[in-house]
Amino acid sequence: MNTIAAAVREVWGLFVEDGSFTAAILLCIALAVSVVPRSAIPPSWRAPLLFIALAFVLVENVRRSARATKTNPEKTKVQGQS
Amino acid sequence: MNWAHYGTAVTAAFLASLVEFVEALTIVLAVGTTRGWRSALVGSAAGALLLALLVIAFGPVLQRVPIATLQLVVGVLLLLFGMRWLRKAILRSAGVIGLHDETAIFAKETALLEREPRAAWYVGLDGIAVAASFKAVVLEGLEVIFIVIAVGARGMLVPASLGAAAAGALVIAVGVALRRPLARVPENTLKFAVGVLLSAFGVFWIGEGLGWSWPGEDLALLALIPAFLAVSLAAVSIAKRTTAATS
Repeated sequence: MNTIAAAVREVWGLFVEDGSFTAAILLCIALAVSVVPRSAIPPSWRAPLLFIALAFVLVENVRRSARATKTNPEKTKVQGQS
Repeated sequence: MNWAHYGTAVTAAFLASLVEFVEALTIVLAVGTTRGWRSALVGSAAGALLLALLVIAFGPVLQRVPIATLQLVVGVLLLLFGMRWLRKAILRSAGVIGLHDETAIFAKETALLEREPRAAWYVGLDGIAVAASFKAVVLEGLEVIFIVIAVGARGMLVPASLGAAAAGALVIAVGVALRRPLARVPENTLKFAVGVLLSAFGVFWIGEGLGWSWPGEDLALLALIPAFLAVSLAAVSIAKRTTAATS
């Protein structure tokens, strides 16, 4: 039972580590699926725009994490799995 | 579909699987060293067998999923997985969080296993050793299977599987030869590279799954890789500056 619970946690951990980061990525995808097709954005721009949005999410999260860790230095000692 | 697709699929699956195999090897080596190789190998073999059964059971189901749905779902999962790795590799490169240290993990696992009482479980096997190596192989192996499925979406399962198999063979061969954790593997560099590759694949599959046309068609994948790399390197620089500015 413990192994099954650990496996479920491991699989969940494959995709989710920082909840706000995951939520931001999913929001980008949700907008891509629901809003972009109804917008006036030219088809050839849609895919590159998705990349730009995700790049922004990544950079912003890294910047925020760096700032948060600096105010809580204990986090630098963490040796996270995978 | 062209050589660039095959090459990136093999490389992405190889590098990503290499990281997972190294992590599994560290645990199996710790188990083998402290509790005996027979139990460690039996646990590993049982784990590999379970993974093979899962692939045989669920593999054919994937063939029945419509290709656009499969691309979209795999793309989303790949993006979450790849960007998680990329974020962590960026923070490690910038010194914001500590590096993953296989030697330290090996020492910790060894110490934990040495504390456990020895007790024969079945035909002279050590239950704790079997369970520990079984768990390591199953958990890291699940990640390898996911990587192969995700990277191999749209008819690329064979090259992705070949990449993962090559990584497994390499890690096992080096592990058998050295009998110690592969501490010299530049794990964070690998994760950085894999995060870039998987994120690029993820965005590409999402676009394909939504029926969007990428500029340059399939070759867009080769543009997404350096684009993610450039963004990630910029993010490392930003993280370093942020920590320096707030210190």
